[in-house]
Amino acid sequence: MEFFLQQLINGLTLGGIYALIALGYTMVYGIIQLINFAHGEFFAAGGYMGVILLSFLAGQGYLQTHPWLCLGGAMLLAMVFCAFLAMAVEKVAYMPLRKSTRLAALVSALGMSIFLSNGLMLTQGVYDKPYPAAFSQGGFEFGNIVVSYLQIMIVLITIGLLIFLNILVFKTRIGKAMRATAQDKVMSALVGINSNKIISLTFAIGASLAAAAGIMVGLYYGSVNYTMGFVPGIKAFAAAVLGGIGNITGAMLGGLIIGMVEIFGAGYISGQYKDVFAFIILIAVLYFRPTGIMGENVDDTRV
Amino acid sequence: MTTAPILELRDVHTSYGNIKALKGISLSVYPGEIVSIIGANGAGKSTTLMSICGIIPLKAGEVRYNGQAIQGKPADLLPPMGLCQVPEGRRIFPRLSVEDNLDMGAFFRRDKDEISKDREHVFALFPVLKDRRNQHGGTLSGGEQQMLAIGRALMSRPKVLLLDEPSLGLAPLIVQKIFEIINEINREDGTTILLVEQNANIALQTAQRGYVLETGAIIMEDEAQNLLNNPEIRKAYLGES
Ligand SMILES: Nc1ncnc2c1ncn2[C@@H]1O[C@H](COP(=O)(O)OP(=O)(O)O)[C@@H](O)[C@H]1O
Ligand SMILES: [Mg+2]
Repeated sequence: MEFFLQQLINGLTLGGIYALIALGYTMVYGIIQLINFAHGEFFAAGGYMGVILLSFLAGQGYLQTHPWLCLGGAMLLAMVFCAFLAMAVEKVAYMPLRKSTRLAALVSALGMSIFLSNGLMLTQGVYDKPYPAAFSQGGFEFGNIVVSYLQIMIVLITIGLLIFLNILVFKTRIGKAMRATAQDKVMSALVGINSNKIISLTFAIGASLAAAAGIMVGLYYGSVNYTMGFVPGIKAFAAAVLGGIGNITGAMLGGLIIGMVEIFGAGYISGQYKDVFAFIILIAVLYFRPTGIMGENVDDTRV
Repeated sequence: MTTAPILELRDVHTSYGNIKALKGISLSVYPGEIVSIIGANGAGKSTTLMSICGIIPLKAGEVRYNGQAIQGKPADLLPPMGLCQVPEGRRIFPRLSVEDNLDMGAFFRRDKDEISKDREHVFALFPVLKDRRNQHGGTLSGGEQQMLAIGRALMSRPKVLLLDEPSLGLAPLIVQKIFEIINEINREDGTTILLVEQNANIALQTAQRGYVLETGAIIMEDEAQNLLNNPEIRKAYLGES
């Protein structure tokens, strides 16, 4: 029982991270029907921005005196940085191909992914970069169950971001314009919506969520690496497909399920197959229910 | 008429690839008028409206609105200038609520109080939309969607309203109701209307002037009443033998 609860908490933490990344895939797909294979790189870039900023703050002595303030600031800056990075990527690699075939844009996305991860390697090196240790210690213990402060923080920040995103997409004028653009670009132009701006904004939002996830993963595992975007990126993509690509609630749910399955699979079946479970789910979904669990039946939360 | 036209097309050419859809169209619409373009399926009516609105680029020619050339302007800049289209097939945002669909019509506006007033005005014109305000646009019937599409356009406070086949696929009673509202919008708000229709009968009864479009060219232009009485038109477009 204790083992089960411990796994549940770990699964929730990991699932939240996947959910944050999955949203970027699903929102971009919803609006331009592109699988943005470079999306995992925004996650990695966020992780690196975090390590760079926090190490700098640690060197100045601020991290030790104001850890939460520093983390908040670093996270915000990393999110803004990745938002701009994503908008630049969209302008350079996707916008010129907006009227071409979907395959052309897909290939461009793959190229962008390789370009960005090599960019990270060249500027940041091939070795792991450790996060400063200000947050790693401590937690609550209930019997044998340990919930670290870091886990609690990750879950809270994730929930906060997910709520924020939901309000943004479903309640605000700009969020409604985003959904209108996803549903009919000609009509949205006819009511005065500039679809280029909206598409740009969609990339920015998705990338900033991925950046937040990148920092939290860096803190959780203690270090980052230039390849770190690849596997979580594909798992989050699996989560987006599982939820029904284009569906916001689906991406959140899908992320949570993939995280849980991975943790429970590793705990009860085999730790060595940890990375396989997400792909088994992906293949099963594509085979049995290609529209995903939230697919086209529960259609109100499609973008 | 002595005033300048509010909307004017001068020798407009539009193509889809190699297919010439518009072969030099010229027409004028004056402030406060209702003008109809009638023509069979495939004549180029929708292409004309999409060319005016900047959705399809012109091959040649000029579109003037309020004395200014607007061809080549991005489509999304036109609604704020008062030029607004209700496209063929209504194009309701299917997964936005009725109310959100209306709010999208006022997307570029920031005057919240006035927007609320306009929303109430639309609800007064089409009470059924108020009953269904929280429902997804895609769940409405064809007639309700047409009402919503017109309501959404009104939310932008248009000076010139372009309507593409508002009667398409609707029961005669609904068509009548829609055209009463179109008349009311023209009369009460002074909105200029360019109406495109296959249903020549109702279009010419509503309009003051009309143009006849055939395979991408205007073949006739006259007072609506004269077109209605023209034996050729009666034969070709009003089903008389
Ligand atoms: N997207 C398109 N691609 C190619 N040809 C088109 C397209 N849209 C319309 N056309 C052609 O242009 C002509 C005019 O079409 P349209 O403006 O839709 O006519 P109408 O609205 O009068 O029925 C038709 O011959 C039609 O087949
Ligand atoms: Mg048409």
